[in-house]
Amino acid sequence: MAVIRDMISGFELFQPTAVDDAIELLSRYGDDGWVLSGGLDSFDWFKDRIKKPTAVVDLANVEELKGVRISSDGVEIGAMTTITEVSKHPHLLENYSILAQAAGHIATPQIRNRGTLGGNLSQDTRCWYYRSGWPCYRAGGNVCYAGTPTSMNREHCITGASRCVAVNPSDSAPALIALGAQFVIRGPRGEKIVEAQDYFMSPAVDIQRMTVLKADELLTSIRIPSTWSGTDFYYEKMEDRKAWDFALVSVASAIKMNGGIIEDARLAVNGVAPFPIRLEPVESFIKGKKPTDELGMAAGKLALSTINAQPLRHNSFKLPLMRNLVRRSIRGTEG
Amino acid sequence: MELWRKLANPWGQEVLIGISWDLMWAALVFGLGFVAVHFVWAYAKSNQSSGSDLVDLKPDSSKGWNLPVKILRHAMSERVFHWLMSVAMIVLLVTAFFPIVGLQFAWVEIHWIAGLVLSATILYHIIHATFWQNFWAMWIDKDDIESGKSELNNILSNNEKEAPKAGKYPVDHKLFHHAASVAGLLAIATGLLMMLRIDTWFGPADPDKFFTDAQWGVVYVFHGLGGVGLISLVITHIYFAVRPDKWWITKSMFFGWITRDDYLKHHDPERWVIKKKETPKQGTVASNESELTYGEGDSST
Repeated sequence: MAVIRDMISGFELFQPTAVDDAIELLSRYGDDGWVLSGGLDSFDWFKDRIKKPTAVVDLANVEELKGVRISSDGVEIGAMTTITEVSKHPHLLENYSILAQAAGHIATPQIRNRGTLGGNLSQDTRCWYYRSGWPCYRAGGNVCYAGTPTSMNREHCITGASRCVAVNPSDSAPALIALGAQFVIRGPRGEKIVEAQDYFMSPAVDIQRMTVLKADELLTSIRIPSTWSGTDFYYEKMEDRKAWDFALVSVASAIKMNGGIIEDARLAVNGVAPFPIRLEPVESFIKGKKPTDELGMAAGKLALSTINAQPLRHNSFKLPLMRNLVRRSIRGTEG
Repeated sequence: MELWRKLANPWGQEVLIGISWDLMWAALVFGLGFVAVHFVWAYAKSNQSSGSDLVDLKPDSSKGWNLPVKILRHAMSERVFHWLMSVAMIVLLVTAFFPIVGLQFAWVEIHWIAGLVLSATILYHIIHATFWQNFWAMWIDKDDIESGKSELNNILSNNEKEAPKAGKYPVDHKLFHHAASVAGLLAIATGLLMMLRIDTWFGPADPDKFFTDAQWGVVYVFHGLGGVGLISLVITHIYFAVRPDKWWITKSMFFGWITRDDYLKHHDPERWVIKKKETPKQGTVASNESELTYGEGDSST
């Protein structure tokens, strides 16, 4: 394991007050720059002296990145809004409770007070081989230490692996995918908007990034359309202990009911792949049906076949876990 | 410019990871630089040649009266091999290097599948060349060395002394073939080994098989060297293939044959002997292509 030190390597600290200034700084430093939001992921890296950026751009003073803005079309949440605010915001609790619930499951109250929604979505994976500074694929090397027949890979992925078998650790990501959220990204080339599920990067495409964010880009806000406001939500995070742990598997669903029948649905899971997965075949399958336990069981089986699950040596338990979470996410809306 | 990428392994030892991507840019610059220099040199030479008394290679028609109009240079099987190999090679280069320069896509699976296609074509080529063709046709012999020296002397001294004519394959083609063979076989051999480190149709990844981390680093370095070498080689190959003065050869890779005039102009009939099915009577007109095209010789060098 890497040795955590009291002193971190030196870097130049910038504390811009505007997004444009932050982007200009990130453009200037490129791969040597580092975005600091809540600092909860960053300082682990710095103290382990595994990541040694030349310049750190602290977004704490950029006010335009903070807060929840409500409009007739939905809601826009600044990327620097704290997780505590997201979990306790009255409008979110009333209309998008799945997000508030997911946010409430993140880490501990202290971490939620400092951590931001953007940081939770953009954080790096928690694979301990990688976090220990081993030269794995994700660290620029040419091996995955977690994917070998003798590795400790209980928490790793059961699908979506491409050389790297680490999972995405975000708790808020599946909730935002279920809500049909869009992520607003700004960079020197302007602004772009990506669907929530497209924000996350497959290692098959780029093994060294968890998201589509480039070195000179910032996630500025998350837009949630009103489409799914006030529908039936289900969120469940399965973890080894009930506090301060990352999800083994988490599920989020938004289901629109009409006369006891599922009119429309969105489902997403996390903790099973290097990126959160939207289960579109399952969504199609359950539409027009009553949300019974039988339907949930069938949907759970379909979910497993959809992701073409291939467990590693120590994580076969994730298969029934995911199947049952999907089942419960559908049954949970019953009656 | 750095040559290698290194990282500390779990025991704190610095091990090779692969080549530095600076070498990719160096290979690109080298390939394009060679093309630019050759283009300028060839252009200047063609301007100098026009209107001068320099030697112009002309076919010796008196020697070829009994030769067919079209002479088979590449049989269908060779052409199919060449184009399959070309497609596989281009796919390999695109999937290997485009993601590094920022064009990102899911490249890994396409890359190793294209690698298997390339391996299969190369294996076919080796067997075909060994048992069905003249294996030594690509060998560089004394005449090729003389021819090469003469060509080089012409380039360096700006002379236009006629160099000895080639057998079936000119010496520059042979040199390219050997360079591409070294780079290609290096990339293929190491690439097949590297497939052990990823999940494929043949089984899950087993990254600790055969080698230590440090030894694997050497495998990755050789794979990278083969790959960047092929960047320069493919650039120069495509450049010569599209040059108008080489179209006569390029066309033969599409249609199979070269003309009798080109054969007499560029090849030594004693070094590339054409097997004749039958000798058409002089002045008669052949009725179809099979009558026009004659099989390649087997004593070409």
